[in-house]
Amino acid sequence: MIWFMIAGMCAVTFVPRVIPLLLGRDLVLPGWIRRWLSFFPYAALGALIFPGILTVVEGRPWIGLSAGACAALLAVKARNAIFPVLAAIAVTVILELAAT
Amino acid sequence: MERTAGTELLRGVRAGLPVAVGYLPMAMAFGVLATQTGLHFIQAAAMSLFVYAGASQFASLGLLAGGASALAIVLATLVLNFRHFLMSVALSRRIPLVRRPGRAAWAAPLALGFGITDETFVVASLNESLTPPFFIGLALTAYLAWLSGTLIGAGFSSLIPAVIARGMGVALYAMFIAILIPGVKKTWVNGLVAAAGACLAWGASLAVPGLPSGWRIVIAILAASAVGAAIGREETASTSREEPA
Repeated sequence: MIWFMIAGMCAVTFVPRVIPLLLGRDLVLPGWIRRWLSFFPYAALGALIFPGILTVVEGRPWIGLSAGACAALLAVKARNAIFPVLAAIAVTVILELAAT
Repeated sequence: MERTAGTELLRGVRAGLPVAVGYLPMAMAFGVLATQTGLHFIQAAAMSLFVYAGASQFASLGLLAGGASALAIVLATLVLNFRHFLMSVALSRRIPLVRRPGRAAWAAPLALGFGITDETFVVASLNESLTPPFFIGLALTAYLAWLSGTLIGAGFSSLIPAVIARGMGVALYAMFIAILIPGVKKTWVNGLVAAAGACLAWGASLAVPGLPSGWRIVIAILAASAVGAAIGREETASTSREEPA
């Protein structure tokens, strides 16, 4: 039962991820669809950040928001994501320890 | 300057480090929960090895505990993973896969496709120069973190203290923000699309309590990107190399 489930989950996860890449760039798409596709990453980013960031520490949405604000400020200057990420981790740990 | 495959791979690994930091505590939590739900260590490991889809793996544990059938769980997974189909479509326009006649032309798409997650998709597609070795380095780093986290969680329980694990949990959000900011600096349209995506995802989660996060993302992608397409130009969103000469 478990193994059948794992095999099935593997198939239905793998196939949708791979088919578009197999068709790849051979597919000629009209300009408005290409424009639409090009904004997918930003739309996904918005949905991935919010509302999830409110629940980094359950019941204390302001901790996630503070860490996010800190990351945003640092990201304006930083050249890669590592520094903002480490700072956000530190803010989260310190704020949670301070709040309890 | 010609970039070698090796340096591209390393560039991908570096880009994948924040993802790995975020995946590790999540995967440990999955490993712990999986063994608590009654999965064998090998089964928990096999899930992360072969399925490799965080949200679906957690959902499957909840459904298993609720007594759902294997078929129901597989169908739920398919529905939850529809967003990766959308992401793969978008990524396929950006990643230059060279077709070499006689070579296994399907091998690269299979390997790259397996590595698509929410996180690797946004990191890869917003990178200035997306090459197959870069994506392999990025995806492999994320995958190994997910796998080793699962093994640790299922084998030993979560080794990381809860406070630190929650701190590491913010890593993915911080990374999302850090890759969003340069795009917003390029043009405000990108920021508007992200804000629209966030509002739609939030609105959807309030309107339909219990809506799986996968569907929030699908709704946000389809609708918020249309806002961008209506007012922005393609080149504004990503450094596009759409039509090969």
